[in-house]
Amino acid sequence: MNPGGHAPGLSRAARIGWTRTAVVVGLVLLLELLCRTHVIKPLTMIPPSVMAVELGRLIAAGEITDDILQTASEVGTAFAVSVLAGFALGALVQALPRVRRAIDPLLASWYAVPFFVFYPLLVALFGMNVLPLIAIGVVFATPAMMLSTIAGLDRVPRVLRKLARVHRMSPLQEVALITLPSAAPHLFTGLKLSFAYAFIGVIAGEFILSGGGLGYGIAYAYESFENRKMYALMLLVLLVAIGVNGALHVWEARLARRRGHA
Amino acid sequence: MKKLTDSLVILAVVLAIWQGLYAYAGDVAITSPLRTFAFAGELLTHAPFWGHAAATLLAFAYALAISAAAGIALGLLLGLRRFAGDVAEPMLASLYTIPKVTLYPVMLLVFGLGMSAKVAFGVIHGMIPVILFTLAAVKNIPPVLLRTARALHLRPVQTAVTVLAPAVMPEIVTGLRVGFALTLLGVLIGEMFASQRGLGFLIINGINSHDVRMTTAVAVIVVVFAVFANGAMLALDRRVHHAGNRAAGN
Repeated sequence: MNPGGHAPGLSRAARIGWTRTAVVVGLVLLLELLCRTHVIKPLTMIPPSVMAVELGRLIAAGEITDDILQTASEVGTAFAVSVLAGFALGALVQALPRVRRAIDPLLASWYAVPFFVFYPLLVALFGMNVLPLIAIGVVFATPAMMLSTIAGLDRVPRVLRKLARVHRMSPLQEVALITLPSAAPHLFTGLKLSFAYAFIGVIAGEFILSGGGLGYGIAYAYESFENRKMYALMLLVLLVAIGVNGALHVWEARLARRRGHA
Repeated sequence: MKKLTDSLVILAVVLAIWQGLYAYAGDVAITSPLRTFAFAGELLTHAPFWGHAAATLLAFAYALAISAAAGIALGLLLGLRRFAGDVAEPMLASLYTIPKVTLYPVMLLVFGLGMSAKVAFGVIHGMIPVILFTLAAVKNIPPVLLRTARALHLRPVQTAVTVLAPAVMPEIVTGLRVGFALTLLGVLIGEMFASQRGLGFLIINGINSHDVRMTTAVAVIVVVFAVFANGAMLALDRRVHHAGNRAAGN
Protein backbone atom coordinates (compact mmCIF):
# COMPACT_ATOMS: atom_id res chain seq x y z
CA MET A 1 0.00 0.00 0.00
CA ASN A 2 2.28 2.74 -1.18
CA PRO A 3 0.68 4.26 -4.25
CA GLY A 4 2.64 7.50 -4.20
CA GLY A 5 5.98 5.73 -4.07
CA HIS A 6 7.48 8.21 -1.58
CA ALA A 7 9.63 7.12 1.32
CA PRO A 8 9.81 3.44 0.42
CA GLY A 9 10.48 2.30 3.99
CA LEU A 10 7.32 3.83 5.37
CA SER A 11 3.73 2.75 4.76
CA ARG A 12 1.14 5.40 3.94
CA ALA A 13 -0.52 4.89 7.32
CA ALA A 14 2.79 5.44 9.11
CA ARG A 15 3.51 8.58 7.11
CA ILE A 16 0.07 9.93 7.98
CA GLY A 17 0.64 9.12 11.64
CA TRP A 18 4.01 10.82 11.74
CA THR A 19 2.79 13.87 9.86
CA ARG A 20 -0.09 14.20 12.30
CA THR A 21 2.28 13.98 15.26
CA ALA A 22 4.55 16.56 13.65
CA VAL A 23 1.62 18.94 13.06
CA VAL A 24 0.46 18.66 16.67
CA VAL A 25 3.98 19.10 18.07
CA GLY A 26 4.53 22.02 15.71
CA LEU A 27 1.35 23.75 16.80
CA VAL A 28 2.15 23.27 20.48
CA LEU A 29 5.67 24.63 19.95
CA LEU A 30 4.30 27.60 18.01
CA LEU A 31 1.88 28.37 20.83
CA GLU A 32 4.73 28.04 23.33
CA LEU A 33 6.84 30.44 21.30
CA LEU A 34 4.03 32.98 20.91
CA CYS A 35 3.35 32.90 24.65
CA ARG A 36 7.03 33.06 25.62
CA THR A 37 7.66 36.06 23.37
CA HIS A 38 4.50 37.72 24.77
CA VAL A 39 2.89 38.01 21.33
CA ILE A 40 0.04 36.35 23.21
CA LYS A 41 -0.22 38.23 26.48
CA PRO A 42 0.42 36.20 29.65
CA LEU A 43 -2.97 37.38 30.92
CA THR A 44 -4.66 35.84 27.88
CA MET A 45 -2.86 32.53 27.79
CA ILE A 46 0.01 30.85 29.56
CA PRO A 47 2.58 28.73 27.68
CA PRO A 48 1.57 25.05 27.20
CA SER A 49 4.63 23.88 29.16
CA VAL A 50 3.48 25.92 32.16
CA MET A 51 0.00 24.40 31.83
CA ALA A 52 1.49 20.90 31.82
CA VAL A 53 3.73 21.58 34.83
CA GLU A 54 0.81 23.09 36.74
CA LEU A 55 -1.40 20.13 35.85
CA GLY A 56 1.28 17.74 37.11
CA ARG A 57 1.57 19.71 40.33
CA LEU A 58 -2.22 19.77 40.87
CA ILE A 59 -2.45 16.03 40.36
CA ALA A 60 0.57 15.25 42.54
CA ALA A 61 -0.72 17.49 45.33
CA GLY A 62 -4.10 15.75 45.16
CA GLU A 63 -5.89 19.10 44.83
CA ILE A 64 -8.12 17.97 42.00
CA THR A 65 -8.53 14.29 42.86
CA ASP A 66 -12.09 14.80 44.11
CA ASP A 67 -13.09 16.75 41.03
CA ILE A 68 -11.59 14.11 38.74
CA LEU A 69 -13.35 11.31 40.59
CA GLN A 70 -16.67 13.14 40.55
CA THR A 71 -16.53 13.90 36.83
CA ALA A 72 -15.31 10.40 35.99
CA SER A 73 -18.13 8.74 37.92
CA GLU A 74 -20.74 11.05 36.38
CA VAL A 75 -19.48 10.51 32.83
CA GLY A 76 -19.07 6.77 33.44
CA THR A 77 -22.60 6.38 34.81
CA ALA A 78 -24.16 8.52 32.08
CA PHE A 79 -22.21 6.61 29.41
CA ALA A 80 -23.18 3.18 30.77
CA VAL A 81 -26.85 4.09 31.18
CA SER A 82 -27.11 5.64 27.72
CA VAL A 83 -25.37 2.74 26.00
CA LEU A 84 -27.65 0.17 27.64
CA ALA A 85 -30.83 2.23 27.34
CA GLY A 86 -29.99 3.38 23.81
CA PHE A 87 -29.30 -0.16 22.68
CA ALA A 88 -32.49 -1.55 24.27
CA LEU A 89 -34.68 1.28 22.95
CA GLY A 90 -33.04 1.13 19.52
CA ALA A 91 -33.63 -2.63 19.26
CA LEU A 92 -37.22 -2.20 20.43
CA VAL A 93 -37.98 0.62 18.00
CA GLN A 94 -36.32 -1.23 15.13
CA ALA A 95 -38.61 -4.19 15.79
CA LEU A 96 -41.74 -1.98 15.74
CA PRO A 97 -41.91 -0.21 12.34
CA ARG A 98 -45.06 1.69 13.24
CA VAL A 99 -43.50 3.25 16.36
CA ARG A 100 -40.34 3.89 14.46
CA ARG A 101 -42.07 5.89 11.75
CA ALA A 102 -43.80 7.94 14.42
CA ILE A 103 -40.72 8.84 16.45
CA ASP A 104 -38.43 9.31 13.45
CA PRO A 105 -38.92 13.11 13.33
CA LEU A 106 -38.31 13.30 17.07
CA LEU A 107 -34.96 11.53 16.76
CA ALA A 108 -34.01 13.56 13.70
CA SER A 109 -34.48 16.87 15.49
CA TRP A 110 -33.12 15.73 18.88
CA TYR A 111 -29.69 17.28 18.45
CA ALA A 112 -31.15 20.51 17.13
CA VAL A 113 -32.54 21.20 20.61
CA PRO A 114 -30.14 23.20 22.80
CA PHE A 115 -30.54 20.99 25.87
CA PHE A 116 -28.62 23.13 28.27
CA VAL A 117 -31.71 25.36 28.52
CA PHE A 118 -33.18 22.54 30.61
CA TYR A 119 -30.40 22.46 33.25
CA PRO A 120 -32.34 24.58 35.73
CA LEU A 121 -35.35 22.31 35.34
CA LEU A 122 -33.24 19.24 36.05
CA VAL A 123 -31.73 20.84 39.12
CA ALA A 124 -35.21 21.63 40.40
CA LEU A 125 -36.29 18.05 39.70
CA PHE A 126 -33.33 16.18 41.14
CA GLY A 127 -31.83 18.67 43.54
CA MET A 128 -28.34 20.16 43.55
CA ASN A 129 -26.32 16.94 43.33
CA VAL A 130 -24.80 14.70 40.70
CA LEU A 131 -28.16 13.39 39.41
CA PRO A 132 -29.03 16.32 37.11
CA LEU A 133 -25.56 16.11 35.59
CA ILE A 134 -25.90 12.40 34.92
CA ALA A 135 -29.40 13.01 33.58
CA ILE A 136 -28.19 15.62 31.11
CA GLY A 137 -25.45 13.25 29.94
CA VAL A 138 -28.01 10.49 29.45
CA VAL A 139 -30.49 12.74 27.63
CA PHE A 140 -27.68 13.88 25.38
CA ALA A 141 -26.06 10.50 24.68
CA THR A 142 -28.94 8.01 24.49
CA PRO A 143 -30.40 9.02 21.10
CA ALA A 144 -26.97 8.68 19.46
CA MET A 145 -26.77 5.07 20.64
CA MET A 146 -30.39 4.49 19.60
CA LEU A 147 -29.80 5.82 16.10
CA SER A 148 -26.63 3.75 15.71
CA THR A 149 -28.38 0.60 16.97
CA ILE A 150 -31.25 1.10 14.54
CA ALA A 151 -28.83 1.71 11.67
CA GLY A 152 -26.80 -1.38 12.62
CA LEU A 153 -29.80 -3.69 12.92
CA ASP A 154 -31.19 -2.38 9.62
CA ARG A 155 -28.04 -3.45 7.86
CA VAL A 156 -27.89 -7.06 9.04
CA PRO A 157 -27.98 -8.83 5.64
CA ARG A 158 -31.15 -10.80 5.08
CA VAL A 159 -29.12 -13.79 3.92
CA LEU A 160 -27.53 -14.05 7.37
CA ARG A 161 -30.96 -14.12 9.02
CA LYS A 162 -31.93 -16.91 6.63
CA LEU A 163 -28.74 -18.71 7.53
CA ALA A 164 -29.74 -18.55 11.21
CA ARG A 165 -33.09 -20.09 10.34
CA VAL A 166 -31.49 -22.82 8.23
CA HIS A 167 -29.28 -23.73 11.17
CA ARG A 168 -32.32 -23.69 13.48
CA MET A 169 -30.62 -21.28 15.88
CA SER A 170 -32.44 -20.27 19.01
CA PRO A 171 -33.24 -16.51 19.17
CA LEU A 172 -30.43 -16.11 21.69
CA GLN A 173 -27.93 -17.83 19.43
CA GLU A 174 -29.06 -15.75 16.49
CA VAL A 175 -28.48 -12.55 18.44
CA ALA A 176 -25.06 -13.65 19.70
CA LEU A 177 -23.73 -15.25 16.52
CA ILE A 178 -25.43 -13.30 13.72
CA THR A 179 -27.06 -10.05 14.72
CA LEU A 180 -24.51 -8.51 17.08
CA PRO A 181 -21.36 -9.27 15.05
CA SER A 182 -22.96 -8.03 11.89
CA ALA A 183 -24.21 -4.80 13.48
CA ALA A 184 -20.91 -4.27 15.35
CA PRO A 185 -19.43 -1.39 13.29
CA HIS A 186 -22.55 0.72 13.77
CA LEU A 187 -22.77 -0.18 17.44
CA PHE A 188 -19.17 0.93 17.80
CA THR A 189 -19.95 4.29 16.23
CA GLY A 190 -22.77 4.53 18.76
CA LEU A 191 -20.32 3.88 21.60
CA LYS A 192 -17.99 6.61 20.38
CA LEU A 193 -20.74 9.18 19.95
CA SER A 194 -22.33 8.27 23.29
CA PHE A 195 -19.05 8.82 25.07
CA ALA A 196 -18.51 12.16 23.39
CA TYR A 197 -22.02 13.36 24.16
CA ALA A 198 -21.98 12.09 27.76
CA PHE A 199 -18.63 13.85 28.30
CA ILE A 200 -19.83 17.10 26.74
CA GLY A 201 -23.15 17.03 28.59
CA VAL A 202 -21.63 16.37 32.00
CA ILE A 203 -18.76 18.86 31.73
CA ALA A 204 -21.02 21.57 30.33
CA GLY A 205 -23.53 20.90 33.09
CA GLU A 206 -20.86 21.16 35.77
CA PHE A 207 -19.63 24.32 34.15
CA ILE A 208 -23.02 26.02 34.18
CA LEU A 209 -24.47 24.95 37.49
CA SER A 210 -22.81 22.62 39.89
CA GLY A 211 -20.61 22.67 42.93
CA GLY A 212 -17.94 20.19 41.87
CA GLY A 213 -16.18 18.37 39.09
CA LEU A 214 -13.75 19.50 36.42
CA GLY A 215 -16.23 21.75 34.60
CA TYR A 216 -16.98 23.58 37.83
CA GLY A 217 -13.26 23.75 38.59
CA ILE A 218 -12.61 25.61 35.35
CA ALA A 219 -15.48 28.05 35.89
CA TYR A 220 -14.37 28.66 39.48
CA ALA A 221 -10.72 29.16 38.54
CA TYR A 222 -11.78 31.63 35.85
CA GLU A 223 -13.92 33.65 38.20
CA SER A 224 -11.20 33.83 40.82
CA PHE A 225 -8.53 34.79 38.23
CA GLU A 226 -6.49 31.62 38.75
CA ASN A 227 -5.27 31.49 35.18
CA ARG A 228 -2.73 28.72 35.74
CA LYS A 229 -5.20 26.38 37.36
CA MET A 230 -7.84 27.16 34.75
CA TYR A 231 -5.53 26.34 31.86
CA ALA A 232 -4.20 23.25 33.60
CA LEU A 233 -7.76 21.92 34.01
CA MET A 234 -8.60 22.77 30.40
CA LEU A 235 -5.53 20.86 29.30
CA LEU A 236 -6.71 17.88 31.34
CA VAL A 237 -10.20 17.95 29.76
CA LEU A 238 -8.60 18.25 26.32
CA LEU A 239 -6.21 15.35 26.96
CA VAL A 240 -9.00 13.10 28.26
CA ALA A 241 -11.26 13.84 25.26
CA ILE A 242 -8.44 13.27 22.78
CA GLY A 243 -7.08 10.24 24.65
CA VAL A 244 -10.39 8.37 24.88
CA ASN A 245 -11.26 9.29 21.32
CA GLY A 246 -7.88 8.07 20.10
CA ALA A 247 -8.13 4.82 22.04
CA LEU A 248 -11.59 4.09 20.63
CA HIS A 249 -10.31 4.96 17.14
CA VAL A 250 -7.43 2.48 17.44
CA TRP A 251 -9.68 -0.22 18.87
CA GLU A 252 -12.21 0.30 16.09
CA ALA A 253 -9.51 0.08 13.42
CA ARG A 254 -8.27 -3.16 14.96
CA LEU A 255 -11.78 -4.65 14.96
CA ALA A 256 -12.28 -3.55 11.36
CA ARG A 257 -9.01 -5.22 10.36
CA ARG A 258 -10.03 -8.45 12.02
CA ARG A 259 -13.35 -8.39 10.20
CA GLY A 260 -11.50 -7.71 6.97
CA HIS A 261 -9.33 -10.81 7.44
CA ALA A 262 -12.16 -13.09 8.54
CA MET B 1 -52.76 11.70 6.76
CA LYS B 2 -50.90 9.13 8.82
CA LYS B 3 -47.91 11.42 9.18
CA LEU B 4 -49.97 14.22 10.61
CA THR B 5 -51.56 11.88 13.16
CA ASP B 6 -48.11 10.68 14.17
CA SER B 7 -46.88 14.23 14.71
CA LEU B 8 -49.96 15.07 16.74
CA VAL B 9 -49.51 11.97 18.90
CA ILE B 10 -45.85 12.86 19.52
CA LEU B 11 -46.81 16.42 20.36
CA ALA B 12 -49.49 15.19 22.76
CA VAL B 13 -46.99 12.86 24.47
CA VAL B 14 -44.45 15.69 24.85
CA LEU B 15 -47.12 17.98 26.32
CA ALA B 16 -48.32 15.24 28.67
CA ILE B 17 -44.75 14.65 29.93
CA TRP B 18 -44.34 18.37 30.37
CA GLN B 19 -47.62 18.66 32.32
CA GLY B 20 -46.53 15.66 34.41
CA LEU B 21 -43.17 17.32 35.21
CA TYR B 22 -45.04 20.44 36.19
CA ALA B 23 -47.33 18.46 38.47
CA TYR B 24 -44.29 16.78 40.03
CA ALA B 25 -41.91 19.72 40.38
CA GLY B 26 -44.26 22.68 40.58
CA ASP B 27 -43.78 26.37 39.91
CA VAL B 28 -40.23 26.57 41.23
CA ALA B 29 -38.91 24.46 38.33
CA ILE B 30 -41.15 24.91 35.34
CA THR B 31 -44.41 26.54 34.30
CA SER B 32 -47.31 24.53 32.89
CA PRO B 33 -47.60 24.27 29.09
CA LEU B 34 -50.67 26.47 28.98
CA ARG B 35 -49.19 29.30 31.04
CA THR B 36 -45.89 29.01 29.19
CA PHE B 37 -47.54 29.44 25.82
CA ALA B 38 -49.61 32.31 27.15
CA PHE B 39 -46.48 34.03 28.47
CA ALA B 40 -44.52 33.24 25.29
CA GLY B 41 -47.34 34.79 23.26
CA GLU B 42 -47.16 37.87 25.48
CA LEU B 43 -43.38 38.03 25.04
CA LEU B 44 -43.71 37.84 21.27
CA THR B 45 -45.82 40.99 21.25
CA HIS B 46 -43.30 42.96 23.31
CA ALA B 47 -40.66 45.10 21.66
CA PRO B 48 -37.79 44.37 24.14
CA PHE B 49 -38.03 40.67 23.40
CA TRP B 50 -37.57 41.34 19.69
CA GLY B 51 -34.48 43.40 20.46
CA HIS B 52 -32.95 40.35 22.14
CA ALA B 53 -34.18 38.05 19.38
CA ALA B 54 -32.68 40.34 16.74
CA ALA B 55 -29.33 40.36 18.58
CA THR B 56 -29.31 36.57 18.65
CA LEU B 57 -30.34 36.25 15.01
CA LEU B 58 -27.67 38.71 13.88
CA ALA B 59 -24.90 36.89 15.76
CA PHE B 60 -26.28 33.60 14.49
CA ALA B 61 -26.32 34.84 10.88
CA TYR B 62 -22.66 35.95 11.08
CA ALA B 63 -21.60 32.73 12.77
CA LEU B 64 -23.48 30.55 10.32
CA ALA B 65 -22.06 32.43 7.33
CA ILE B 66 -18.52 31.97 8.66
CA SER B 67 -19.08 28.32 9.65
CA ALA B 68 -20.56 27.51 6.26
CA ALA B 69 -18.06 29.39 4.08
CA ALA B 70 -14.91 28.44 6.01
CA GLY B 71 -16.18 24.93 6.70
CA ILE B 72 -16.96 24.17 3.07
CA ALA B 73 -13.71 25.75 1.85
CA LEU B 74 -11.58 23.79 4.34
CA GLY B 75 -13.56 20.63 3.69
CA LEU B 76 -13.05 20.92 -0.07
CA LEU B 77 -9.35 21.62 0.36
CA LEU B 78 -8.80 18.71 2.74
CA GLY B 79 -10.95 16.44 0.59
CA LEU B 80 -9.04 17.19 -2.59
CA ARG B 81 -5.62 16.92 -0.94
CA ARG B 82 -6.15 13.42 0.28
CA PHE B 83 -2.98 13.17 2.37
CA ALA B 84 -3.74 16.37 4.25
CA GLY B 85 -7.29 15.15 4.71
CA ASP B 86 -6.18 11.84 6.21
CA VAL B 87 -3.84 13.70 8.54
CA ALA B 88 -6.49 16.18 9.65
CA GLU B 89 -9.64 14.08 9.90
CA PRO B 90 -9.03 12.32 13.27
CA MET B 91 -7.74 15.59 14.71
CA LEU B 92 -10.95 17.33 13.74
CA ALA B 93 -13.00 14.44 15.11
CA SER B 94 -11.17 14.81 18.43
CA LEU B 95 -11.81 18.55 18.49
CA TYR B 96 -15.46 17.76 17.91
CA THR B 97 -15.64 15.75 21.16
CA ILE B 98 -14.16 18.47 23.36
CA PRO B 99 -16.74 20.13 25.61
CA LYS B 100 -16.33 23.54 24.03
CA VAL B 101 -18.13 25.38 26.84
CA THR B 102 -14.96 25.02 28.86
CA LEU B 103 -13.15 27.17 26.29
CA TYR B 104 -15.35 30.15 27.04
CA PRO B 105 -12.85 31.89 29.33
CA VAL B 106 -10.32 31.79 26.47
CA MET B 107 -12.90 33.19 24.07
CA LEU B 108 -13.68 36.00 26.48
CA LEU B 109 -10.02 36.78 27.02
CA VAL B 110 -9.38 36.87 23.29
CA PHE B 111 -12.56 38.54 22.02
CA GLY B 112 -13.89 40.42 25.03
CA LEU B 113 -17.57 40.72 25.87
CA GLY B 114 -20.05 41.15 23.08
CA MET B 115 -20.77 40.31 19.50
CA SER B 116 -17.43 38.90 18.39
CA ALA B 117 -17.26 36.45 21.31
CA LYS B 118 -20.78 35.20 20.55
CA VAL B 119 -19.96 34.74 16.88
CA ALA B 120 -16.69 33.00 17.71
CA PHE B 121 -18.56 30.65 20.02
CA GLY B 122 -21.03 29.80 17.27
CA VAL B 123 -18.21 29.20 14.79
CA ILE B 124 -16.19 26.82 16.99
CA HIS B 125 -19.32 24.75 17.55
CA GLY B 126 -20.65 24.78 14.01
CA MET B 127 -17.64 24.73 11.71
CA ILE B 128 -16.18 21.29 12.45
CA PRO B 129 -19.20 19.22 11.36
CA VAL B 130 -19.39 21.21 8.11
CA ILE B 131 -15.70 20.48 7.45
CA LEU B 132 -16.10 16.78 8.26
CA PHE B 133 -19.18 16.27 6.07
CA THR B 134 -17.68 18.18 3.13
CA LEU B 135 -14.40 16.31 3.47
CA ALA B 136 -16.22 12.95 3.44
CA ALA B 137 -18.31 14.03 0.45
CA VAL B 138 -15.27 14.96 -1.65
CA LYS B 139 -13.41 11.81 -0.63
CA ASN B 140 -16.32 9.63 -1.67
CA ILE B 141 -16.79 11.10 -5.15
CA PRO B 142 -16.70 8.11 -7.52
CA PRO B 143 -13.41 8.37 -9.47
CA VAL B 144 -15.28 7.58 -12.67
CA LEU B 145 -16.95 11.00 -12.53
CA LEU B 146 -13.61 12.79 -12.46
CA ARG B 147 -12.25 10.58 -15.22
CA THR B 148 -15.29 11.38 -17.33
CA ALA B 149 -14.71 15.08 -16.77
CA ARG B 150 -11.14 14.65 -17.93
CA ALA B 151 -12.16 12.57 -20.91
CA LEU B 152 -14.60 15.30 -21.95
CA HIS B 153 -11.82 17.92 -21.59
CA LEU B 154 -13.88 20.03 -19.22
CA ARG B 155 -12.17 23.13 -17.96
CA PRO B 156 -11.58 23.25 -14.16
CA VAL B 157 -14.47 25.67 -13.66
CA GLN B 158 -16.77 23.48 -15.73
CA THR B 159 -15.65 20.41 -13.76
CA ALA B 160 -16.36 22.18 -10.51
CA VAL B 161 -19.81 23.40 -11.57
CA THR B 162 -21.12 20.42 -13.53
CA VAL B 163 -19.41 17.48 -11.79
CA LEU B 164 -18.02 18.29 -8.35
CA ALA B 165 -20.75 20.53 -7.01
CA PRO B 166 -23.69 18.20 -7.80
CA ALA B 167 -21.73 15.21 -6.47
CA VAL B 168 -20.94 16.72 -3.08
CA MET B 169 -24.09 18.81 -2.63
CA PRO B 170 -26.24 16.28 -0.71
CA GLU B 171 -23.56 15.64 1.95
CA ILE B 172 -22.83 19.36 2.26
CA VAL B 173 -26.51 20.02 2.90
CA THR B 174 -26.44 17.40 5.67
CA GLY B 175 -23.31 19.03 7.10
CA LEU B 176 -24.96 22.44 7.00
CA ARG B 177 -28.02 21.07 8.79
CA VAL B 178 -25.87 19.72 11.63
CA GLY B 179 -23.76 22.88 11.56
CA PHE B 180 -26.89 25.03 11.73
CA ALA B 181 -28.07 23.39 14.95
CA LEU B 182 -24.64 23.49 16.59
CA THR B 183 -23.98 27.09 15.56
CA LEU B 184 -27.25 28.10 17.19
CA LEU B 185 -26.26 26.17 20.30
CA GLY B 186 -22.85 27.86 20.33
CA VAL B 187 -24.29 31.35 19.91
CA LEU B 188 -26.81 30.80 22.71
CA ILE B 189 -24.10 29.48 25.04
CA GLY B 190 -21.94 32.46 24.10
CA GLU B 191 -24.80 34.78 25.02
CA MET B 192 -25.27 33.07 28.33
CA PHE B 193 -21.76 33.97 29.41
CA ALA B 194 -20.39 36.67 27.19
CA SER B 195 -23.18 39.08 26.53
CA GLN B 196 -25.82 41.39 27.91
CA ARG B 197 -28.18 40.89 25.00
CA GLY B 198 -29.87 38.03 23.21
CA LEU B 199 -32.05 35.06 24.03
CA GLY B 200 -29.22 33.19 25.77
CA PHE B 201 -28.84 36.19 28.06
CA LEU B 202 -32.59 36.16 28.81
CA ILE B 203 -32.29 32.48 29.79
CA ILE B 204 -29.27 32.89 32.08
CA ASN B 205 -30.81 36.03 33.54
CA GLY B 206 -34.00 34.09 34.25
CA ILE B 207 -31.96 31.33 35.90
CA ASN B 208 -30.07 33.78 38.09
CA SER B 209 -33.15 35.73 39.18
CA HIS B 210 -35.31 32.59 39.55
CA ASP B 211 -37.68 33.88 36.90
CA VAL B 212 -38.95 30.42 35.95
CA ARG B 213 -41.64 31.82 33.68
CA MET B 214 -39.11 33.71 31.57
CA THR B 215 -36.63 30.83 31.38
CA THR B 216 -39.25 28.29 30.37
CA ALA B 217 -40.92 30.54 27.81
CA VAL B 218 -37.65 31.59 26.12
CA ALA B 219 -36.41 27.99 26.16
CA VAL B 220 -39.62 26.87 24.46
CA ILE B 221 -39.38 29.61 21.83
CA VAL B 222 -35.78 28.63 21.10
CA VAL B 223 -36.62 24.91 20.91
CA VAL B 224 -39.61 25.50 18.62
CA PHE B 225 -37.46 27.64 16.33
CA ALA B 226 -34.67 25.03 16.29
CA VAL B 227 -37.03 22.13 15.62
CA PHE B 228 -38.83 23.92 12.79
CA ALA B 229 -35.61 25.11 11.16
CA ASN B 230 -34.25 21.59 11.45
CA GLY B 231 -37.45 20.18 9.95
CA ALA B 232 -37.20 22.51 6.96
CA MET B 233 -33.55 21.65 6.40
CA LEU B 234 -34.30 17.95 6.85
CA ALA B 235 -36.90 18.19 4.07
CA LEU B 236 -34.34 19.90 1.83
CA ASP B 237 -31.75 17.32 2.87
CA ARG B 238 -34.01 14.40 1.90
CA ARG B 239 -34.88 16.06 -1.39
CA VAL B 240 -31.26 16.57 -2.50
CA HIS B 241 -30.31 13.06 -1.38
CA HIS B 242 -33.29 11.66 -3.22
CA ALA B 243 -32.44 13.63 -6.39
CA GLY B 244 -28.88 12.39 -6.16
CA ASN B 245 -29.99 8.78 -5.88
CA ARG B 246 -32.28 9.17 -8.86
CA ALA B 247 -29.52 10.70 -10.96
CA ALA B 248 -27.17 7.88 -10.00
CA GLY B 249 -29.86 5.35 -10.86
CA ASN B 250 -30.36 6.69 -14.36
